[in-house]
Amino acid sequence: MLHLVLFSVFGLICVAGAVNLLVQKHPINSALSLVVVMASLAVEYLLLGAEFVAAVQVIVYAGAIMVLFVFVIMLLNAGEEEHTTGSTVAWLLGIPGLLTGAIFVAWADLRYSGGTQVAIGALPGHPKDLAQLLFHEFLLPFEVTSILVLIAIMGAVVLAARPEAVQESKREG
Amino acid sequence: MTENLHLWILPLLPLAGAAINGLLGNRFSRNLVATVALTFSGTAFAWALWVASRFTSLETLPHVETVATWLRSGDFHVDYAFSLDQLSLVMLLVVTGVGFLIHIYSVGYMWEEGGFYRFFSYLNLFMFFMLTLVLASNYLFLFVGWEGVGLASYLLIGFYFTRDSAASAGKKAFIVNRIGDFGFLIALFLIIQHFGSMDFGKVFDLVKPLPAETSGAGFLTAIALLLMVGACGKSAQIPLYVWLPDAMEGPTPVSALIHAATMVTAGVYMVARSHVIFEHAPSAMMVVAIIGTLTAFFAATIGIAQTDIKKVLAYSTVSQLGYMFLACGVGAFSAGIFHLMTHAFFKGLLFLAAGSVIHAVGGEQDMRKMGGLWKKIPWTWITMLIATCAIAGIPGLSGFFSKDEILWRAYQASWAYWLAGVFTAFMTSFYMFRLMFLTFAGDHRGAAGASHGHEEHAGHGTHLGRDESSREEAPASHGHGHGHGGIHESPWVMLGPLVVLALLSIAGGWIGANRFERFLAPATGTVGASSEQSAPTTEPASLPQVPAEEHGNEHLMTGISVAAALLGLGLAYLLYSAKPGLPDRIADALHALYTAVANKYWVDEMYATLFVKPLIGISTLVFWRGVDQTIIDGTLNGGAAGARELSDEVRHMESGNLRSYAGWIAIGAACVVAYMVWVGTK
Amino acid sequence: MVPLSYYLVLSAILFACGVTGFLIKRNIISIFMSIELMLNGVNLSFVAFAAQWHNLSGQVFVFFVMVVAAAEAAVGLAIIIAVFRTRETLNIDQVNLLKL
Repeated sequence: MLHLVLFSVFGLICVAGAVNLLVQKHPINSALSLVVVMASLAVEYLLLGAEFVAAVQVIVYAGAIMVLFVFVIMLLNAGEEEHTTGSTVAWLLGIPGLLTGAIFVAWADLRYSGGTQVAIGALPGHPKDLAQLLFHEFLLPFEVTSILVLIAIMGAVVLAARPEAVQESKREG
Repeated sequence: MTENLHLWILPLLPLAGAAINGLLGNRFSRNLVATVALTFSGTAFAWALWVASRFTSLETLPHVETVATWLRSGDFHVDYAFSLDQLSLVMLLVVTGVGFLIHIYSVGYMWEEGGFYRFFSYLNLFMFFMLTLVLASNYLFLFVGWEGVGLASYLLIGFYFTRDSAASAGKKAFIVNRIGDFGFLIALFLIIQHFGSMDFGKVFDLVKPLPAETSGAGFLTAIALLLMVGACGKSAQIPLYVWLPDAMEGPTPVSALIHAATMVTAGVYMVARSHVIFEHAPSAMMVVAIIGTLTAFFAATIGIAQTDIKKVLAYSTVSQLGYMFLACGVGAFSAGIFHLMTHAFFKGLLFLAAGSVIHAVGGEQDMRKMGGLWKKIPWTWITMLIATCAIAGIPGLSGFFSKDEILWRAYQASWAYWLAGVFTAFMTSFYMFRLMFLTFAGDHRGAAGASHGHEEHAGHGTHLGRDESSREEAPASHGHGHGHGGIHESPWVMLGPLVVLALLSIAGGWIGANRFERFLAPATGTVGASSEQSAPTTEPASLPQVPAEEHGNEHLMTGISVAAALLGLGLAYLLYSAKPGLPDRIADALHALYTAVANKYWVDEMYATLFVKPLIGISTLVFWRGVDQTIIDGTLNGGAAGARELSDEVRHMESGNLRSYAGWIAIGAACVVAYMVWVGTK
Repeated sequence: MVPLSYYLVLSAILFACGVTGFLIKRNIISIFMSIELMLNGVNLSFVAFAAQWHNLSGQVFVFFVMVVAAAEAAVGLAIIIAVFRTRETLNIDQVNLLKL
């Protein structure tokens, strides 16, 4: 019962935040709604028993990635959105198709998942077990993603640097 | 143990000559080209003589030498195999001997021409194919030679290829030949179907025990008739003779070798070789005899009115080939081959001598412009006279023996054949002596000579006969406009072969028809139907036992044919020497008949209207415009245009607008996910 | 005890909102944030299934998704900065030089 109530409340906050993201015109408002979504998602994870993931969600997603977003918005001094003519396809095909798809998936889901119930805190969330898994079965993906991050860093630096700064460092270096 | 005669060398020698001259000849000097050509053809002739000398020591006849297997498909196989028996020995000697003489002659005749090396390359190539044809041991290998000589003929007829008429004549020869080959091929297919082999020995062994098809409707009759169709094409019989007169566009040695002595006789050879099949199909033999007789008669009538010296000889060749087919049709195959041999001698000589005449008068071929040449070119005149007497059937010369034998055997089959044959002999004698008188006797009517009272004759002459001469009038087109100033005898390189052939024309028949038939009997002797025993032995079972009274009849027939020949000679003398105005008056009196004959009965025009124009029309309208342009091009171009239009539509997807890309991705992803979920719920 | 499907429906709704935002938003950064929203929806789905099957691999996967999301966000924002420098605009409809 409690599970259901908590789930519904935080689920509603999630959805509200998501809709708000869509509705807001200024990107900074959208960013802040997204933070709200992430926070409530963290609570949902907690409800499922994945404490570690919840913590990581808050730290990494809400704490790092969203901060990055906000930085960039402020850096570029993004203003309110103008209204420009968009794409016909996106409105005509994309949204109806998407909605149809989503509704279909949801319906299939509700109908066929056989009423499996998940208990509150169902996952065994011991970090130790998680680490075991991460460094044994998933070692290769782990290493590869670390390299991926490294490359992302380098890429980001290269892409975002000012051209003049690059020239200067070349001259100096 | 039969010795190996290495028969395969015989065709390959001229092939080597053709290859060397063809590939390297344009860098050789004329002497070298001539040397190469003469060496290879001469060596082939020498080898043939050696083979002949070893002939009597051969144990089994036919003597077959298999070189390699060509095709193999289950039980059916065809080999590269050569066979030698009496028939092929005769053909071999004729082809190599006369061929070699003509090679020598050509060195002189073609010396001033362009494309010297090309000529000899083609000539050697022809020898290669002809030797393959006569030495082949199975129908398919024979067909290779058959087609090859057609090719060589096309190349040589169109030798002066810059002339439209020569190129067209070459095409006509090849295409008409092809029509005959179609019949030949179907005959080959039937042979494969019924006998499972193409080998002569096997096929004939299978045919011999079969009963004769006297009702005239079995498959053997079909095979025989279709083989005859092929022979009609190659040997210029009705209805496929039309290419031979046009083939005179080629150089004269070509006419001598290919269209008199050897290639056109391939049909006769093939029929003689297949005599076993023909003898089992009496109605087919009758068809052969009728075609031969008709052709002989028909061509002789046309020959009377021709004014070009080579055309007269061309129609004469068609006529004499008719005689050979008549002989085959009444069962006298060896008589036909005998006439083939003597015909090679005297017709080859006639053409070569005609070439010598043309060379002497600087390229003129119209007999109405010749005359009075006998004093100026005596050797040519004497040899040509000998050949004319031979072809007319004057007793003692070779043509007399062979033609007489044919007429006698024709009489034994039916008096109708004999009568037509005698009348044709009369016409033959007439037009040949007409040629002689017009060319050699009287005063010279040509440009270089004086013109006395014969001026009016020449003037009338322009409406005598067709205007084919107008085509031949340009001397340069025969390359002999070298204006030597005056009429002169040919060099000895050209006269030598004439003399040799003249000697052969005299002596070639002395072997006599009976001895010749006995010699050839194992190869061409009558093989009875299954009611008679049929082992081929050296003793012929089929020589007619001639009772005494028949001897008397035979002498009577001989007398009649000699009388016909002399009558022709007399008439020609009357019309063209004694009373030169007479031909015109006769021509005016018989105007309609004369016009028909002079226009060759409009056969070419009829063929053009009946076959050629409709075919070209269909090809243009249906196949070119309809199928090729509309359907095939339309499909391809339509396909290309369609692709272009499609991509023109599709390219609007790539608008640079990121949101529309996103829209497409979204809907695509939605479809995929929906599908996956749907599959999962099943 | 909440039925699993509720979690999945929530995940689907979040994902749908993400895609919708991607399609209707004009600001590039907003579009990016919609992408992050999609990823979050998927993460929820992973964890929900992990809970159903009592298998921790689902959680590990969430880690990887997050790492990739971070890397992608970094690089993507760097690209946006670069684009902003040249095109002087954050409106996606004006980044259309690639049209045929």
